[in-house]
Amino acid sequence: MKSIAAGIFGLSLVASSLAYAEPVKIGVITTLSGGGAGLGIDMRDAFTLAMKQAGNEEIELVIEDDAQKPELAVQIAEKMIQSDKVDLMTGIIWSNLAMAVVPNVVAQDIIYLSPNAGPSALAGANCNPNYFNVAYQNDNFHEAMGQYASENYKKTFILAPNYPAGKDSLTGFKRFYKGELAGELYTQVGQTDYAAEIAQIRASGADSVFFFLPGGMGIAFMKQYAQSGVGIPVMGPSFSFSQDVLPAVGDAALGVKNSASWSKDLDNEANKKFVEAFQAEYGRLPSIYAAQSWDTANLILSALSKASVKDKEAFRAALKEADFASVRGDFEFNTNNHPIQDIYIREVIKEGDVLTNKIVATAFEDHKDAYAEQCQMQ
Amino acid sequence: MSAALLLEQLLNGLQLGVMLFLMAAGLTLIFGVMGLINLAHGSLYMVGAFACAMIASATGSFWIGLAASLVAAAAAGAIVEVLVIRRLYQRDHLDQVLATFALILIFSEGTRWLFGSFPLYLDIPPLLQGAVPLPGGGQYQLYRLAVIGVGVVVAAGLYLLISRTRLGMRIRAGESDREMIAALGVDISTLYTVVFALGAALAGLAGALVGALQSVQVGMGEPVLILAFVVIVIGGIGSIKGALFGAVLVGVVDTMGRFLLPQALSLMLPASQANLVGAALASMLIYIVMALILAIRPSGLFSAQS
Repeated sequence: MKSIAAGIFGLSLVASSLAYAEPVKIGVITTLSGGGAGLGIDMRDAFTLAMKQAGNEEIELVIEDDAQKPELAVQIAEKMIQSDKVDLMTGIIWSNLAMAVVPNVVAQDIIYLSPNAGPSALAGANCNPNYFNVAYQNDNFHEAMGQYASENYKKTFILAPNYPAGKDSLTGFKRFYKGELAGELYTQVGQTDYAAEIAQIRASGADSVFFFLPGGMGIAFMKQYAQSGVGIPVMGPSFSFSQDVLPAVGDAALGVKNSASWSKDLDNEANKKFVEAFQAEYGRLPSIYAAQSWDTANLILSALSKASVKDKEAFRAALKEADFASVRGDFEFNTNNHPIQDIYIREVIKEGDVLTNKIVATAFEDHKDAYAEQCQMQ
Repeated sequence: MSAALLLEQLLNGLQLGVMLFLMAAGLTLIFGVMGLINLAHGSLYMVGAFACAMIASATGSFWIGLAASLVAAAAAGAIVEVLVIRRLYQRDHLDQVLATFALILIFSEGTRWLFGSFPLYLDIPPLLQGAVPLPGGGQYQLYRLAVIGVGVVVAAGLYLLISRTRLGMRIRAGESDREMIAALGVDISTLYTVVFALGAALAGLAGALVGALQSVQVGMGEPVLILAFVVIVIGGIGSIKGALFGAVLVGVVDTMGRFLLPQALSLMLPASQANLVGAALASMLIYIVMALILAIRPSGLFSAQS
């Protein structure tokens, strides 16, 4: 029932004109209600804004709310394919939802472009020509943080939620981290109280903490950690310190190092335009989810200008060229349709009254994921 | 494993239990007196947290925010009771579930409409910032200790209210025989509104206290609501004493399970697997405990009806 109400609420049709004047229907399944809604709303807002700016009236968006529930996302995907007859799909934020939806969608020869989730299971042996990940492979940001931790700390305590992206996170971190682990914990998805975990961090004798807790989970963790008196430095991927959560975390986040492929201060034309447009339209700073979603929209637009979406073969080739101005600067697809991109270390700073991030170092240049070799697709 | 860590975890369990008690007390009171299953109790918790965050950021004082949370949740509770809930007492439980579920949707979307989808900021008041030393060399967050204190005060206050006052007498009478106390001339509909508002205020208080610790966002009430239902089922529906024991039991079992199970399993399994299996088992643990208790005592530990 919640889903129906939210679905009707979230169902908006946006019309937008391009070289191929044929109707194109894009299905967007994302999280617009519940604790993870901030991420999905940034995704949706950036995507619709990019489409609006393109002004292509032949593009129709079908947007629905998955409420961060895998079973609901599967139903919506089925409905979008069967009755809406969408040509392309995108939007899913969470890896457990992506795992439930994507294999089924691409098997029905629908092209899916991921604006966020990049589970390892879809990057390696199970890669698919219909699946493009415009964001990252899940491990990437965590690998950068593992590299950073090796250079700065000796005994790190690591924790992440118990779901595909959480496992990818700690795997990615450990792949590049050379020091000793003070402890490793999996928490529940959606958990809001971290007292028990913080007590274990305190007792572990760690010299630093690495955590991956996106959305409301990270807010709760940071606030509780700051009050606990543990006091050892924390770090994490950008998801725990992105623009959607920083205002709620407050000053507790100041100075924290985090890793990302994008930052609002990244110096390129496309990014300046994007940050300006987003702020003008919505009156807030964009998060990394908005940036990735903006790139996804522009990738789709670039491919539409080259090929008909009905000619799958040609359209896939057009997507693969990645001939668009990414807000992340250099961007290309690896053999497994996952990005090759730079990953940066950012620091949380205060600009006036607003908490935001700035880039302080480059962790990796043209970083590829570890699973591409297992992908048989050419 | 040090004694300090164990003590800290016990306190964590107690603190979780106390929060659950604030939720469960209202839920069980409403069920006990009016026979109503109120799924929208979690929404009142959210109302409390949002009221506190909004007033605290407007006035700069957490304490005024806390008072506002009590007032806002009690007012929301009273309004909902008069407009909607009152029509449901004679209906069966399925109608009540349906109507109060609709209330969840209305509250959630209404809050989203007013405040947006992004979490609000609510910080711990300066007086309760930081950590205090524990015996054994550990440290514990002062705010959590204060939350435990609030829970103890509320439990004692409820006990006095129910056993020593006229209102309490009517509540007890309402629990044992609804028709009879109406026949005796007690204004039953006012009593119902007062009980509902009291339960709502407790939920609002819990929301505000937890909001400062976690995050204030739409949908924050539903996960707590599920645990609160587990608590009242374990404690015996309608019993405040049961709610208190159930809440502390659930709080301590859940916290200790999350902490000890992965460690216990790591004696048998490789570390990363023990972690995953332990975490999965820990999330089931309170439901297993509930099933066991119901198998032995089908109406809960302290059932009011029996």
